[in-house]
Amino acid sequence: MPWTKLQVEREEPAFDENAGDNVRKLDFGTALLEAQDQALARDPRVFVMGQGVNDPNGAFGTTNALYKKYGLERVFDTPLNEESTIGIALGAAMAGMRPVVVHNRPDFLLMAMDQIVNHAAKWSYMFAGQVPLPVVIRSCVGRGWGSAAQHSQTVHGLFHHVPGLKIVLPSTAYDAKGLLISSIADNNPVLFFEQRWLYKHQSHVPEYVYAVPFGQAAVKRKGKDVTVVAVSHMVIESLRAADELAAEGIDVEVIDPRTIRPLDIETILASVRKTGRLVVADLAWTTGGFAAEVVAVVTERAFHGLKCAPRRVAFPDLPTPAGYTLEQAFYPGAKDIKKAVLEMVRPSEKV
Amino acid sequence: MTNKDCAPFPNPELTAAAAADFLTRMLMIRRAELKIEELYPLEQMKTPVHLSLGQEAVSAGVCMHLNRDDAVFSNHRSHGHYLAKGGSLKELIAELYCRETGCSKGRGGSMHVIAKDAGHWGSSSIVAGATPHAVGAALAFQMQKKNAVAVCFLGDGACEQGVFFESMNWAALKKVPVVFVIENNFYSVSSHISVREVNEFLYKRAWAFDIPSFRVDGMNPLDVYASAAEAVEHARSGKGPFVVEYVLQRWRMHVGPGDPNAALYRAPEELQAGYQRDPIKEFVEHVLTAGILKEQEIAQISSRVDGEVEEAFVFAQNSPLPDGGDLAKFLFVD
Ligand SMILES: Cc1ncc(C[n+]2csc(CCOP(=O)(O)OP(=O)(O)O)c2C)c(N)n1
Ligand SMILES: [Mg+2]
Repeated sequence: MPWTKLQVEREEPAFDENAGDNVRKLDFGTALLEAQDQALARDPRVFVMGQGVNDPNGAFGTTNALYKKYGLERVFDTPLNEESTIGIALGAAMAGMRPVVVHNRPDFLLMAMDQIVNHAAKWSYMFAGQVPLPVVIRSCVGRGWGSAAQHSQTVHGLFHHVPGLKIVLPSTAYDAKGLLISSIADNNPVLFFEQRWLYKHQSHVPEYVYAVPFGQAAVKRKGKDVTVVAVSHMVIESLRAADELAAEGIDVEVIDPRTIRPLDIETILASVRKTGRLVVADLAWTTGGFAAEVVAVVTERAFHGLKCAPRRVAFPDLPTPAGYTLEQAFYPGAKDIKKAVLEMVRPSEKV
Repeated sequence: MTNKDCAPFPNPELTAAAAADFLTRMLMIRRAELKIEELYPLEQMKTPVHLSLGQEAVSAGVCMHLNRDDAVFSNHRSHGHYLAKGGSLKELIAELYCRETGCSKGRGGSMHVIAKDAGHWGSSSIVAGATPHAVGAALAFQMQKKNAVAVCFLGDGACEQGVFFESMNWAALKKVPVVFVIENNFYSVSSHISVREVNEFLYKRAWAFDIPSFRVDGMNPLDVYASAAEAVEHARSGKGPFVVEYVLQRWRMHVGPGDPNAALYRAPEELQAGYQRDPIKEFVEHVLTAGILKEQEIAQISSRVDGEVEEAFVFAQNSPLPDGGDLAKFLFVD
């Protein structure tokens, strides 16, 4: 949607993971396009469908080039039937296809909750592993420009509660491509959550087909004082906070799990045992969310390694407001992460 | 139940082999379910059973026109669909006993049966949940240029779900080879269709999507056979989806053996003698009168089916139970 594009351009300074390197760079959206392009080229079972995938905007530029190359049989628009669209993807997968379904907002995935939670997530278990369901469900979180309560939700936490789903939250263009390749290659249903604000970030993206494995966290920055576990756009915010904290002599380790199911808890635990401090920065509601889960597991398994109580930096338990002054108050970012870290490291100082 | 609007069909030409096959399928469902009903009170089958007694003609008559490569999707009342499509009786009964040898290895139970090799692709107990799966499979057949058809069995209650309307829209839009087989037994649990819907003529729902459809007497196996031939052939020949509404009688209560509360929820007319038409009896009378099968052949089929049912229960009862240590198995496919 053009207005969120405008918002992204205005608010989010581009982030370059490997600034200065003499390598090919792609932005996040183009990396997704390339992953799908390569998957369509190498596997005739792959197809891409979703509302507006071949309109001029084409899922924020991540699909519209594809139908021109692969035809409307393999890249096609769908009715506004979110529930059946997911069910149709499941049925096609049962018949041996590998569909990629594109939803332009996670909010609309809730229309398909039944097919995702009652069907996709259960199919392997209920039928004792007899039916592979290689379905990828992409959706892109909107934010800002008054998108408000029904067009800006991040719902990975809702699905995170459900066993039987794999959940991917890439933060860089490199991971976006490699994780989407892994998602399409996986024989199980995968929810792939993108963030509109990441779309203009770029990083080194090799041209060849590569897979970033699930359940392997990336240590984005090494540090010894505090562990910050962050997902999606919060990784960028955490790295910004870490830069500022470094200037104050505080050494932050930033871990991006990249997939929250499966979760690379061992990397997180090892880091917390080293630093003794944990901040989890999520892009979703605080209560019962991914951040809460990480805090719980770390508390259970590395309690004696903790020097202080872990902290969650996440959305307040409220719907997203439309008004921009309220939006500003709503979204946590680098400064909130920084504040949480400082309060841990220098508890006597008032930040 | 009303036969109003039911389309008439000339009696189909049945060879002796086809008649024997059709009868075997119906009898298999009948005898298996009667046995389930008999043994259910022993509480060894610890899974809710939705019996399809009375509805055998539809499962059998539709599946008579399907090949192994055709896909069947079904619902909570799945035993008939599974058996008619050629699912293993032993594995079905073992599933009801929640055994490791069951068709879903004791993980699915009665409401989640599957016979992949025979072409029963799995049943969902979320009412109407499988309707889009059938469309998706049919879409895949179209993409793969296969000559296969997908069939989805659904109840009258399922016709109230939004996802069924969405699925019809998709099916018509993409012109995929899918047949929706509505089993209208007029009840969702104990709620009569008249308290749930303004229009009980469910075949008319297809009109909104320009999908051809008809209503058929589902207690008449010959009509079922003839109508299903048309519907399946329509889909198979590339003309797109078809909707058939079969008007039926569910003989038992919604779930479990018998119908102890029948007087409390069924209308008096329905309860009068004669509300239980028997499709198998009608079929046997027809094939005898028409000289398609002889008494002796029917007796042979009957005793063979009884033997298989007996064997299946012994197999199930003697099969190992899943090990608690395997609880976490199968969450994902490798
Ligand atoms: C979405 C959903 N709602 C409610 C139920 C509970 N339920 C199970 S079977 C059933 C009746 C369905 O009636 P119908 O579709 O006519 O099938 P029948 O039982 O008559 O074969 C109901 C309400 C369910 N399983 N799923
Ligand atoms: Mg019913």
